[in-house]
Amino acid sequence: MRLILRRIVGQLGFDVIEAEDGQAALTTLAGAEEVPDLALIDWNMPNMNGLELVTAIRADARLREMTLVMVTTESEQGQIVRALAAGAHEYVIKPFTSGAMVEKLALLGLVPSGATL
Amino acid sequence: MTLSATDFSFVSGLVRREASIVLGPGKEYLVEARLLPVARQAGAASVGEFLAGVQQRSDPTAVRDIVNALTTNETSWFRDREPFTALTESVLPDLLRARAASRRLRVWSAACSSGQEPYSLAITLQQFLPAGWSYEIVGSDISSEMIARAEAGAFSQVEVNRGLPANLLVHYFERAGAHWRIASSLRRNISFQRLNLAAPLPSLAPFDLIFLRNILIYFDVDTKRTVLRNVGKLLRPDGWLFLGAAETTIGIDDSYERVAAGRTSAYRLRAAVPAGIAGMG
Repeated sequence: MRLILRRIVGQLGFDVIEAEDGQAALTTLAGAEEVPDLALIDWNMPNMNGLELVTAIRADARLREMTLVMVTTESEQGQIVRALAAGAHEYVIKPFTSGAMVEKLALLGLVPSGATL
Repeated sequence: MTLSATDFSFVSGLVRREASIVLGPGKEYLVEARLLPVARQAGAASVGEFLAGVQQRSDPTAVRDIVNALTTNETSWFRDREPFTALTESVLPDLLRARAASRRLRVWSAACSSGQEPYSLAITLQQFLPAGWSYEIVGSDISSEMIARAEAGAFSQVEVNRGLPANLLVHYFERAGAHWRIASSLRRNISFQRLNLAAPLPSLAPFDLIFLRNILIYFDVDTKRTVLRNVGKLLRPDGWLFLGAAETTIGIDDSYERVAAGRTSAYRLRAAVPAGIAGMG
């Protein structure tokens, strides 16, 4: 899945940094010179799950401009509500098409409307 | 295996007759790809074998299946975005003034496919209209299969990922097994019916807003003219018509005027355009 996401956002012109899990993501963000524009976050990760990561990023003023998108197989209505309430901007349920991902990023203003791969 | 010229000519003639859709040369692959599941369903080993059977005997079910398979298209929520932005930024404010007395809007999604467009319109209206207003949406399509799907209002996870913001998904849908079902608050304002836009249309009350998007591109000029004339009869004199981004009335039906609508354009019946609004075309 990480490979697929890397390919999609890479083709859209993003530079991609990967992290193994939520904890590793926070460590990477803490050391990053530039705050990334976008984080694609799985719900199920060891050490710190996606919901915890969203909450931690939202609690950090330095990272407040980041756009957070959950990309996960977790598809219960209540989970989507929780992720959005925690501060995720969007929620993409697996399986998805690359076109659907591009549309979501367009909704968030990260790629031009009508962009395609 | 590619389709024989005879089979392609049979299918293009049939689709042309039944749905006024032109399948020009080069669409052989599309026909083959769309008809393969239909052929398999019917127990045929290939599209060629299936079509041979259909040509030998009159089979209304097979004809309907062929038309359905070749007239359905993938669609997404709030498709192209700009028309929906235009609705909230300029068209609905205009209609709110024009319908202040009746406080009621009638909307037609004229080629609604599996229902994403009329439901997107319903969400837009639900969010925009002030208290005390009501609306009614008619969704129509040439394909009976698509109408059944739209009426069911149940969408797969792949479908709800297509352009539907997550906050609207959780607000206007309910999980139903592997699908997401449209909330009853939206469904009760929408009715669906099978319509062939190129044939004489049944008598319907006129509409304030018509979405006729990404369907004229399938028709030849004469059919486009017929469809625009048919649709124009159902558009209120001060109503609004939205076409697909690659479609226009210009050079086809001059009873419409292209006008600015937000960052895109829409069409209004010529006599209704107030002097202050400059035509763009």
